[in-house]
Amino acid sequence: MEPHVTPALAESLGLKPAEYEHILRLVGRTPTLTELGIFSAMWNEHCSYKSSKKWLRTLPTSGPRVIQGPGENAGVVDIDDGDCVVFKMESHNHPSYIEPYQGAATGVGGILRDVFTMGARPIAAMNALRFGAPDHPKTRHLVSGIVAGVGGYGNSFGVPTVGGEVNFHARYNGNCLVNAFAAGLAKTDAIFYSEAKGVGLPVVYLGAKTGRDGVGGATMASAEFDADIEEKRPTVQVGDPFTEKCLLEACLELMATGAVVAIQDMGAAGLTCSAVEMGAKGDLGIELDLDKVPVRETHMSAFEMMLSESQERMLMVLVPEKREQAEAIFRKWGLDFAIVGRTTDDLRFRVLWEGREVADLPIKELGDEAPEYDRPWIEPAPAAVIHAADIAEPADYAATLLKLLGSSDLSSRRWVFEQYDTLIQGNGLQTPGGDAGVVRVDGHPTKALAFSCDVTPRYCEADPYQGGMQAVAECWRNLTAVGAEPLAATDNLNFGNPEKPEIMGQFVKAIQGIGAACEALDFPIVSGNVSLYNETQGAAILPTPTIGGVGLIRDRSKLARIGTMKEGDVLFLVGRDGSHLGASVFLREMEGREDGAPPPVDLAEERRHGEFVRALIRGGRVQTCHDLSDGGLAIALAEMCIESGRGAAIDPGDGSLHALLFGEDQARYVVALPAAEADQLEAEAAEAGIPLRRLGKVGGDELVVRDRLALSVVTMRAAFESWFPAYMSGETVA
Amino acid sequence: MNTAVVILPGLNRDRDMIAALTKISGRAPATVWQTETSIPPVDLIVIPGGFSYGDYLRCGAIAARAPVMRAVAEAAGRGVPVLGVCNGFQILCETGLLPGVLMRNTSLRFVCREVKLKVANAETRFTTAYGNGQIIRCPVAHHDGNYFADEDILARVEGNGQVVFRYAEGTNPNGAVHDIAGIINEAGNVLGLMPHPENLIEPEHGGTDGRGIFESVMGGSALKAA
Repeated sequence: MEPHVTPALAESLGLKPAEYEHILRLVGRTPTLTELGIFSAMWNEHCSYKSSKKWLRTLPTSGPRVIQGPGENAGVVDIDDGDCVVFKMESHNHPSYIEPYQGAATGVGGILRDVFTMGARPIAAMNALRFGAPDHPKTRHLVSGIVAGVGGYGNSFGVPTVGGEVNFHARYNGNCLVNAFAAGLAKTDAIFYSEAKGVGLPVVYLGAKTGRDGVGGATMASAEFDADIEEKRPTVQVGDPFTEKCLLEACLELMATGAVVAIQDMGAAGLTCSAVEMGAKGDLGIELDLDKVPVRETHMSAFEMMLSESQERMLMVLVPEKREQAEAIFRKWGLDFAIVGRTTDDLRFRVLWEGREVADLPIKELGDEAPEYDRPWIEPAPAAVIHAADIAEPADYAATLLKLLGSSDLSSRRWVFEQYDTLIQGNGLQTPGGDAGVVRVDGHPTKALAFSCDVTPRYCEADPYQGGMQAVAECWRNLTAVGAEPLAATDNLNFGNPEKPEIMGQFVKAIQGIGAACEALDFPIVSGNVSLYNETQGAAILPTPTIGGVGLIRDRSKLARIGTMKEGDVLFLVGRDGSHLGASVFLREMEGREDGAPPPVDLAEERRHGEFVRALIRGGRVQTCHDLSDGGLAIALAEMCIESGRGAAIDPGDGSLHALLFGEDQARYVVALPAAEADQLEAEAAEAGIPLRRLGKVGGDELVVRDRLALSVVTMRAAFESWFPAYMSGETVA
Repeated sequence: MNTAVVILPGLNRDRDMIAALTKISGRAPATVWQTETSIPPVDLIVIPGGFSYGDYLRCGAIAARAPVMRAVAEAAGRGVPVLGVCNGFQILCETGLLPGVLMRNTSLRFVCREVKLKVANAETRFTTAYGNGQIIRCPVAHHDGNYFADEDILARVEGNGQVVFRYAEGTNPNGAVHDIAGIINEAGNVLGLMPHPENLIEPEHGGTDGRGIFESVMGGSALKAA
């Protein structure tokens, strides 16, 4: 027996009383249960962006290379020669906390589908993962399950993981973050969209069968966690990377036949969202007959079928003459192919089930009339600036550097990335461990693409506006540090409950910061995802707007890496001397403090310094470059020594040594180049007005800072590499 | 040099292998789909890596029963060289064309990294480009690469010189018995190995140590400069 539709039932599906009132007005009667389910799917935060839309509109989303901005399955950016890169990042936070392996796996699966739905073959993946404090009892279990899930899906599907982030903080104790990025290559004249065209055309269901898994997943993801989250396990989908790999091959074969009018993957809210989106975008109605939908369970209700989030499924509008050819491709790959509906001219979304009509709704209004909120927000009070002079210098710099290298946030992520296939496809030029992942463009003699994802949540917490700018700037800088021209970015905005004005304030200011930086750096946002309600029992995560950027390398023979410095090379700091210790890793690890304003971002300076460095790399004059970020100059130099197996003797200049070595000031790089070219570089920097400091020379097997610090590369490597495996094996608590 | 690559659903290093064979031999390989019952006349058949049939049931187990594998076994019986890499190695073991099995890595985790391989037998048709005892670099990427066989089989395989590659210098990534990374059949025409030589064949891969396997089996005359 179907439950009776009441305001209370609507509320239990996540619809607010005012939203239910609006539904009654739109439908003109009490909706059926299936209709109510459709509204709850379309109007939840995850699918409707009702709290964020107003602010997302303010982001710069266009540029000379942007072919498709936000609003499709993924963004599309021109990389010349008829090629384009298709990419997006999306969160799978709530599912991953409830069921780490499957949550993370299906997060990867979902983002890959977004990319190949548009006709692109995936060539790179990244994952930004954030976990609770290392000593929290759930953290190891989540790290282990999520990393295995990311690897399990991506490795089997066959996409190289080229980069990512892994961080720990107590504010993620009850709500970890899994932000999955994927990019693919397509031809600019063969991109596929979701907009349906043509009346009376068959709507075809492709891929895996529909089950009960994930029913209500998007609604679950649009609410805070409370004490009974264990009961939400059935809302998590189960992934099958084998089917996804077959679906990829089948879809690309199908697209090549000219059979596809429009195509849309079934992600959040499955059949509902995909069908409505295709129809509404094309100003067409859609009629679905659920009795034709391939199912793997019996006695599924229309409600369950419309809200199922079973994975590895697609919906498409087919050129009718190509039916046999299209069906044969799917049969060959062992996948379902079923005509489940048709396009109509009446702008209605009609659903038939067991021979009767269970839904008849205005299709445009399902999307267009979705609620949009201008949520109240309060301007966050930025944290006070801390002067380096007010922070005690460490007595022992060597011990300090070793402690930082072996800390949870700065130590090597090898334990993680060795569980990902980083080499598959044979095009990787820079695998994880460098500033940005680099993948050559298959078939092109010189081009390559660079990828990086970045955000520093503690900066965003201290000052959301500066933090938002810094996330963009760091991503742009990482791409620059390998020699790439940053093209465009995708944003994955993870925040707490937007109904709280202070959280909404973080969101608004972070978006403003992101927008300002994207504008100043010509780095438009072409796709993205918003994840709100990341709270558990009232405690919000750190504001975490992850930025995933893509850059173009025209000549991949001129690439910079962090570990290629040679004996006798001269090391230079491009940018100002370190001065800022507020909100730094140094302050947290050495002083146990997390206060202070983050390092200010000067976008004009960021751009100037970046362009100077990029020109050096592109001119073939610099092959060794590392951007400065967490942990400052000392950590960057230590990483360069560890990666190259060489020592260096440096002098960072006069002033507070702890700030010079560990300050996290922005817009900075370390470069190395042959001694014979050092004077010339200094002259050029002086002429261009770029601050440049000759730090010292590469040589020996120790990193030496004046008479204050001397550490062998072997010792630094041991500290850097040992934390993660020791932690995961239970040898270290934190 | 004519080559063929077996294509099974779920394999994912097929494109890597096709690219490597094309670059080294100068000619694109024929592809043979899972349902084929014969393989065109070629000088080398390759079963690439991946997760055929999702590695469901047990890696390689379902693939070993695909129609195309009967054709592979038949060609192997006629002496056609067959190379199985990673999942291809697992499939050859499941088919019975090679002795032993590949179990889950002792770490219970997927592992992708570069290892060192010692060429334990440079006399096979796949290894003449190398010297006996030579150490080469090669990447691995697998979850089930832990080679195992019972003592009788091991004694026979070792005694016959069928161990072709061993993990060297403490780089065994999976716990394989006797550090075995690759073995050949008694007839000397079927080689299986876990590492991925196809991912280390050009300078942009960071090295060309993997080329030797292909160059050996193709013979000098069939080669095209990279």
